[in-house]
Amino acid sequence: MAAVDYSRWDPIVGKLGWDIFPFHEPVVLVTFIGVVIGGVAVLGALTYFKLWGYLWKEWFTSIDHKKIGIMYMVLALVMLVRGFADALLMRVQQAWTATGGAGYLEPHHYDQIFTAHGMIMIFFVAMPFVTGLMNFVMPLQIGARDVAFPFLNNFSFWLTTSGAVLVMMSLFIGEFSTAGWLAYPPLSGIQFSPSVGVDYYIWALQIAGIGTTLSGINLIVTIVKMRAPGMAYMKMPVFCWTALCTNILIVATFPILTATLVLLTLDRYLGTHFFTNDLGGNPMMYVNLIWIWGHPEVYILILPIFGVFSEIVSTFSGKRLFGYTSMVYATAVITILSYIVWLHHFFTMGAGASVNSFFGITTMVISIPTGAKMFNWLFTIYKGRIKFELPMYWTLGFMLTFVIGGMSGVMLAVPPADYVLHNSLFLIAHFHNVIIGGVVFGVFAAMTYWFPKAFGFRLAPFWGKVSFWCWLIGFYLAFMPLYVLGLMGVTRRLSQFEGTAYSAYFVVALIGALFVAAGIAAFLIQIAVSIRNREALRDTTGDPWNGRTLEWSTSSPPPYYNFAFTPKVHQIDAWWQMKQAGYERPLDNFEPIHMPRYTSTGIILSGIITVLGFALIWHIWWLAAMTFVVAIAYGIDHTFNYDREYYVQPDEVAGIEGERTRLLAAEVAPK
Amino acid sequence: MSTETAMGQPEFYVRQSAHDDEGEHHHETGTMLGFWIYLMSDCLIFGTLFATYAVLGRNFAAGPSPADLFELDMILLSTFMLLFSSITYGFSVLRMDKGDLKGTQIWLVVTGLFGLAFLGLEIHEFSHLWHIGATPMASAFLSSFYTLVGTHGLHVTVGCIWLVVLLVQLRIRGLTPENKRRMMCLSMFWHFLDLIWIGVFSFVYLAGVLV
Amino acid sequence: MRLSKLAPLLAAAPFLSGCNMVVMNPAGDIASQQAELIIYSTILMLIVVLPVMALTVIFAIKYRSSNKDAEYQPDWHHSTSLEIVIWTVPMAIIMCLAGLTWVATHRLDPYSPLERISAEKEIPAGEEPLVIQVVAMDWKWLFIYPEQGVAAVNELAAPVDRPVKFEITSSTVMNSFFVPALAGQIYAMAGMQTELNAVMNEEGVYDGFSSNYSGAGFSHMRFKFHSVDEKGFEDWVAKAQDSEQPLDRTAFLKLDEPSIANPVSYYGSVDPELWNAVINLCVDSNDLCQNDMMMVDALGGGGLEGLQLRDVFAGICSSSNPTGMLTRIRGKREVKKAEGQLEPLSLAAINVSGVLKDLAGSPKAGPESGTQPETDR
Repeated sequence: MAAVDYSRWDPIVGKLGWDIFPFHEPVVLVTFIGVVIGGVAVLGALTYFKLWGYLWKEWFTSIDHKKIGIMYMVLALVMLVRGFADALLMRVQQAWTATGGAGYLEPHHYDQIFTAHGMIMIFFVAMPFVTGLMNFVMPLQIGARDVAFPFLNNFSFWLTTSGAVLVMMSLFIGEFSTAGWLAYPPLSGIQFSPSVGVDYYIWALQIAGIGTTLSGINLIVTIVKMRAPGMAYMKMPVFCWTALCTNILIVATFPILTATLVLLTLDRYLGTHFFTNDLGGNPMMYVNLIWIWGHPEVYILILPIFGVFSEIVSTFSGKRLFGYTSMVYATAVITILSYIVWLHHFFTMGAGASVNSFFGITTMVISIPTGAKMFNWLFTIYKGRIKFELPMYWTLGFMLTFVIGGMSGVMLAVPPADYVLHNSLFLIAHFHNVIIGGVVFGVFAAMTYWFPKAFGFRLAPFWGKVSFWCWLIGFYLAFMPLYVLGLMGVTRRLSQFEGTAYSAYFVVALIGALFVAAGIAAFLIQIAVSIRNREALRDTTGDPWNGRTLEWSTSSPPPYYNFAFTPKVHQIDAWWQMKQAGYERPLDNFEPIHMPRYTSTGIILSGIITVLGFALIWHIWWLAAMTFVVAIAYGIDHTFNYDREYYVQPDEVAGIEGERTRLLAAEVAPK
Repeated sequence: MSTETAMGQPEFYVRQSAHDDEGEHHHETGTMLGFWIYLMSDCLIFGTLFATYAVLGRNFAAGPSPADLFELDMILLSTFMLLFSSITYGFSVLRMDKGDLKGTQIWLVVTGLFGLAFLGLEIHEFSHLWHIGATPMASAFLSSFYTLVGTHGLHVTVGCIWLVVLLVQLRIRGLTPENKRRMMCLSMFWHFLDLIWIGVFSFVYLAGVLV
Repeated sequence: MRLSKLAPLLAAAPFLSGCNMVVMNPAGDIASQQAELIIYSTILMLIVVLPVMALTVIFAIKYRSSNKDAEYQPDWHHSTSLEIVIWTVPMAIIMCLAGLTWVATHRLDPYSPLERISAEKEIPAGEEPLVIQVVAMDWKWLFIYPEQGVAAVNELAAPVDRPVKFEITSSTVMNSFFVPALAGQIYAMAGMQTELNAVMNEEGVYDGFSSNYSGAGFSHMRFKFHSVDEKGFEDWVAKAQDSEQPLDRTAFLKLDEPSIANPVSYYGSVDPELWNAVINLCVDSNDLCQNDMMMVDALGGGGLEGLQLRDVFAGICSSSNPTGMLTRIRGKREVKKAEGQLEPLSLAAINVSGVLKDLAGSPKAGPESGTQPETDR
């Protein structure tokens, strides 16, 4: 490809130039045309149906935790499609070259794709998925009306989106990093990666990471301070416990990521020597720091999902969760242990045998509480009455798949075994096994489970089942060959192969990826079909699954104030107890409800910050300085806004609640 | 139709009116808790920078070491500037508790002046070092030194800007609950920076020069 | 549920026939022991994993809602004896695995010299390992044989059943030296030396490559490992010696320029000083060697003078009297101060960073650990 000279600089446009658009690459060009057509279609439709005002007023400026949660999920789904497209490109390339072909991606392009795939899937798919779930579900489960800092919540979401926008921009403006998803120096340093790719990576991550930290603080305070009266910690739903532990991990690790990226930024922008080969720099320092964040990160992803499965298993088995206390302790133990295992990501760096053994053993110890959780779910099913609804499919798929991933994980934790498995496709198969088999299955289970709560109608099960089977079969087809290839000594991140010994495996893996593609498509079809048939799928009860926790006590979708009266909790599974005790909804004597006002500050501020990021990436200093000052000034200006809350009048509450009473009555009457 | 204890069953919801004041109260302590958690996360950023300094702090790259560069008298002076500023902030909070707006403002101004003095000394130190060639690009030691100390300085700068904003807010609104809350948050922030500075002073400057 | 069980089997079917799982069936003793470890740990874990998978399926079928005969206890949620079992059984297995890990990690530490040639064969008394120096470059491998005085690019040869000690470094970004048939991998990092002790027990030609992504030419960063008998090795060395090309600083710098899919080539002679320069990042003699720099740093730094005149410290590390040399350069007063830094008070500071570096897995930097100041320990 025509190399762009990134050492040039102009005071007005920084490193920008006409040659930065990589349209000479056919893959990018086709994508670009697709995006333009799709984008014009979407924007046109929004304009035609006059939806801009609605979206702005009801969604973008919303500080309702439910809407923000849904927006996180939408963001994650959009980015899932992008990240998965990257995966498919890689699978095609590897299958092509492993069968003796020349492939269609040159290394420079292929390297961007796997870097983008890893980074997007973790930061802009998995993270928004779990953050979105926690945002939507947790306040409802603890009987709160919103999170502790509603504006901050909106701002956090838009910061995450801002990071995603920067990553997407790199597709068509300049290029993305080729340094791998964790950007190990010295490869990611200015000497070996002089292009703007790593800068896109850094600023996208930095902006999104700050959003995540803020959201972590927000949700911790929400759980600590805003639980309904009577809900002691040991009476919280397990999902809230996992959310609490996850957010503690977020607050305890994301600052390390922030600081580490700052150091890398200084190396690249100023020429400091933190991670350089020369003048006393130490690249191993970066590897340590990034994994001190990176390992807890995987537990940040999986812990809430453990919570999701706990809720689902218990609901669909019609039975109280087995071993609630040990579940809580297992979660806490995992939280703590996840902090002292980071070195297992680089046993091969040459640390002594004792250091390696220590980290290997702490890693294995994590499998004890994880195993305990697995048994707890098993004994929740035991003597239950399992309704095989869609979320339960995903849960059983998870239980059977995740243990395999856990097993390969423990193999990797034995340092001498890791010497032969590290960096191989075995490792790739392992972490996809736990992330797809765990996080992705869990997210799909959660989306199916809470969808009726969020939108007031269920998802049509047929296409969901198609999606489940495609994902499950696709996963096994795509990753079991990778385990074998790893044992055949095939390493990761290769775009070319010698000979055709691996062809069969890569072709099977490609077929698996196509199944997964079908799975994603089936899920989108499921949503479309369900929207069309929404009247038939309508949930008027607010409790379609015979649920156990407080979110099912309110209507579907919940009113913006969640609960007309704050619930009072007496035991675990509060809603179950209320139903058992023949609870009746209060129908009158409503009182004013204190609610926060919507604000556009979050989205505007994040927009300014996106421009700031862009200016920093392209070294447009005047624009960077300007947007920085504007952002600060705008932020300060926001603190002068004292009119942030209002009272919902009892009449309005009475109207909304009365409507629900009519719906409930209509539901009961025909039966 | 009220269901309260109709059949001796437990109450399943609370009346707003009984709960309202408590709700307000929750919000206040929520902010303080949230801000405290933020400070802890900030503490981790400093922790990372301290760790980096611990690992790289003796990699002089055959260039200058702390003994060649640091002037303890100056550093001691700026340390006292920061310590005094913490004390005067304390005085300001005391005045606030008494409901004395004027006193609060005056002590805040004094605090800000001490903060600015500290910043002035730091800028002076940095520009001096830069001038003699000891830039952050010269060695890993200097990279980690500038970053650790500079990050603290940046925080103090933010604190000073915040202080000015708070003064304006106090002038407009007086000692409202919101402004009192902000006073307390900035107070935590300011004392936190003091604490970090004590770490910087002993770990970087004292340990670097006195041994 | 049936399909989900079938899927892995389906996926596994083609693999069972005729694939070469080199990791599980290697030719070297170290790699064999590592493969055994994979099998042992798998078996240990299957003790828990298989029952969990079986119970999941059994419970799911038995307690389906359509089976009204199955017992239903909606409030059963606790059983102390069960809880004890589900915590202690995994704990017991992990304890076994932890013991295995500790012993195996120490036995198979790549830094420690081999204890045997294979399960059946002891090391003959007095036999020293063959030293091969490995340099990862953009994007090829350079192998230096200091005893034989030859070097090769992208080709490696060693006698069968002879212990080999690899000394590994990089002239560029981080790579990982990996010959799956021989032994596990170890990172190659610039300015540092890692080590790998291993032995090949079977003759043949095996694949080697970088297994840590290092940039555009990474896919082609491959070489062949020729495991040959003594005669074959002598022939190979002779072939290399036939090459007219010497490997000196100039030749190294030329080779060091980025290139992809380099052909195999040989160097008939090797500058004995070169390796030292490579690992101290001073092949280009304008650069101050890392070991000299570290010596100066350990003595308290080069002062402000060092900012402009770094190269005056060249050779201080190999000097018989480094302090004296620093004195001459920096003047007496400065060195007094510098020496003062090695007094007890400063030891505390040194140790803190030492511990942190240890944790960072810092392999020893610089080959002459004897002359190198002990800031790293």
